[in-house]
Amino acid sequence: MDKFTRLTGIAAPMPLVNIDTDMIIPKQFLKTIQRSGLGKNLFDEMRYTQDGAEIPDFVLNQPAYRSAEIIIAGDNFGCGSSREHAPWALLDFGIRCVISTSFADIFYNNCFKNGILPIVMPQEVVDVLMADARKGANARVTVDLEAQTVTTSDGQSFAFDVDGHRKHCLINGLDDIGLTLEKAASIDAFESRNTALRPWA
Amino acid sequence: MTAPRTLYDKIWDDHVVHQAEDGTCLLYIDRHLVHEVTSPQAFEGLRMTGRRVRAPEKTIAVPDHNVPTTLDRANAATMTEDSRIQVEALDKNARDFGINYYPVSDVRQGIVHIVGPEQGWTLPGMTVVCGDSHTATHGAFGALAHGIGTSEVEHVLATQTLIQRKGKNMKVEITGSLMPGVTAKDITLSVIGATGTAGGTGYVIEYCGQAIRELSMEGRMTVCNMAIEGGARAGLIAPDEKTFAYCMGRPHAPKGAKWEAAVAYWKTLFSDEGAHWDKVVTLKGEDIAPVVTWGTSPEDVLPITGVVPAAADFTGGKVEAAQRSLDYMGLTPGMKLTDIKIDTVFIGSCTNGRIEDLRAAAAILKGKKIKDGMRAMVVPGSGLVRAQAEEEGLAQIFLDAGFEWRLAGCSMCLAMNPDQLKPGERCAATSNRNFEGRQGRGGRTHLLSPAMAAAAAITGHLTDVRTLM
Ligand code: SF4
Repeated sequence: MDKFTRLTGIAAPMPLVNIDTDMIIPKQFLKTIQRSGLGKNLFDEMRYTQDGAEIPDFVLNQPAYRSAEIIIAGDNFGCGSSREHAPWALLDFGIRCVISTSFADIFYNNCFKNGILPIVMPQEVVDVLMADARKGANARVTVDLEAQTVTTSDGQSFAFDVDGHRKHCLINGLDDIGLTLEKAASIDAFESRNTALRPWA
Repeated sequence: MTAPRTLYDKIWDDHVVHQAEDGTCLLYIDRHLVHEVTSPQAFEGLRMTGRRVRAPEKTIAVPDHNVPTTLDRANAATMTEDSRIQVEALDKNARDFGINYYPVSDVRQGIVHIVGPEQGWTLPGMTVVCGDSHTATHGAFGALAHGIGTSEVEHVLATQTLIQRKGKNMKVEITGSLMPGVTAKDITLSVIGATGTAGGTGYVIEYCGQAIRELSMEGRMTVCNMAIEGGARAGLIAPDEKTFAYCMGRPHAPKGAKWEAAVAYWKTLFSDEGAHWDKVVTLKGEDIAPVVTWGTSPEDVLPITGVVPAAADFTGGKVEAAQRSLDYMGLTPGMKLTDIKIDTVFIGSCTNGRIEDLRAAAAILKGKKIKDGMRAMVVPGSGLVRAQAEEEGLAQIFLDAGFEWRLAGCSMCLAMNPDQLKPGERCAATSNRNFEGRQGRGGRTHLLSPAMAAAAAITGHLTDVRTLM
């Protein structure tokens, strides 16, 4: 998993509430054998017409936001199914942080497992960030996980909360596997003991 | 002196790599079995993070769920596009990561839970995992074996360990001997009928008692296979001389001095006198009859001599569920189970696709014909089971009776390959799940033993196999 420490990037405004996982990545893309490659179908039905042409109005199709790394979203982002394909698609597009007033539970957890930082902010802060994001590509937002702050392009700074263990994992790029690999010495020791005791296994 | 321990306790203790303060353990995994459906994203995860498979020599892959079992399957056109992609992904992942692999073209290919024991990968006292719930099958060897999810598959590939909390101990004892015509499948279904599909939730079951000891290894695998349908994480049977005899000489079983050392260790794998059990269930072997399922849950089990129940026979939430099952299955309360007409018979799966299962079915079918209009197929659990059945003349018996004689795979156990039921079709199946749509949308499934399936194929309705013996 990629580390997340400090990110300065373009924030795309998506004020719509209840953006669900089906909107993030529709069902027909779940038969894939990969986690990567889903970025091109992120928000597929909002982003493309039936015949695959880009819908120019959609925020991520606008020149200013094509390389957005942050989404400022309406309430209850990520509701719907538990598909881990939703964070996979966001990540593959290049989104590393989503800021909203609230998130669906499973989606929120899945984000941390995949190196994405979801940030919950009160409505008035989201409003300020949304207005800032609307300024376009020159208005870059800074998310500092170590300091737990979000700073707008004109220097207004807001603090946010995050669970200590999750913060530790994100900053160090640790997923479950990463954490287990920190115990590699124990696994090595077990294996040598085991080879002596049960050489057939 | 240590306190008396169960078999589960012993295997667990011997595999703990690390224990956290909250009791969560890192458990070492001896064998990791892999198939094409639940593994692609796990391998992809390794690629994305630049990780390798920690122990490729302990990792064994085989495609089984998606592969067609028709004789023309070498022709790629027999597979749907997404199935083909999944199988090809497994080919590539096996190659890239250097793990043991039995491709579709290999005679040893088959259902992952049949191939593992057959090749001697599964041995007593091991921990075995696979991204498939029927991994419990391997418990027949006194191995701690259970299914895992895709993120855990990746975890095991990368670390050869699994993060686990210990389950509780449950003892299921089958006393005495089975009556003629009664098989391992009847035992395992009867246990689920008695305890319910949630009866084993949170437990690891150890099956014991005279009737279990008297079963062959194939029969023991059938019993453990369905531990999961009883809600248990895993099923176990203590290894004995039969277990050792089965393992001896298998390609990946130890040889020479290592074999001697292994057997000495395996002989310590039993539940100690006085070990603590959180739950105990006892059934009398003599009381178990040949059974069938009538509904859409594996716990909907009745002796073949019974009648279809009414929703009112149940209590609580089961009333509604039973009514829904009756409607889905198209059955009327009070009708005799032996009056239920069948149009399809499926003999195979990781529950009943081994040589002994085919022998039991062939014994009933010998010299007989299946009912007119019946669609009947035998799908051996592996290419080697198929070869052996041909050598023993069983294949000819099936063909003469009117059965299709297929190549190895999961086939009609689940509707993921071309073998499916059509809406309203009714199948006597030796597999393990009778959920709505399991064998195809709208398809109706009655679970039973291979001998009972053979009997139904002959008569065209569910039949008490004892009347044909
Ligand atoms: S035979 Fe059926 S239950 Fe067994 S592994 Fe295949 S699909 Fe799963």
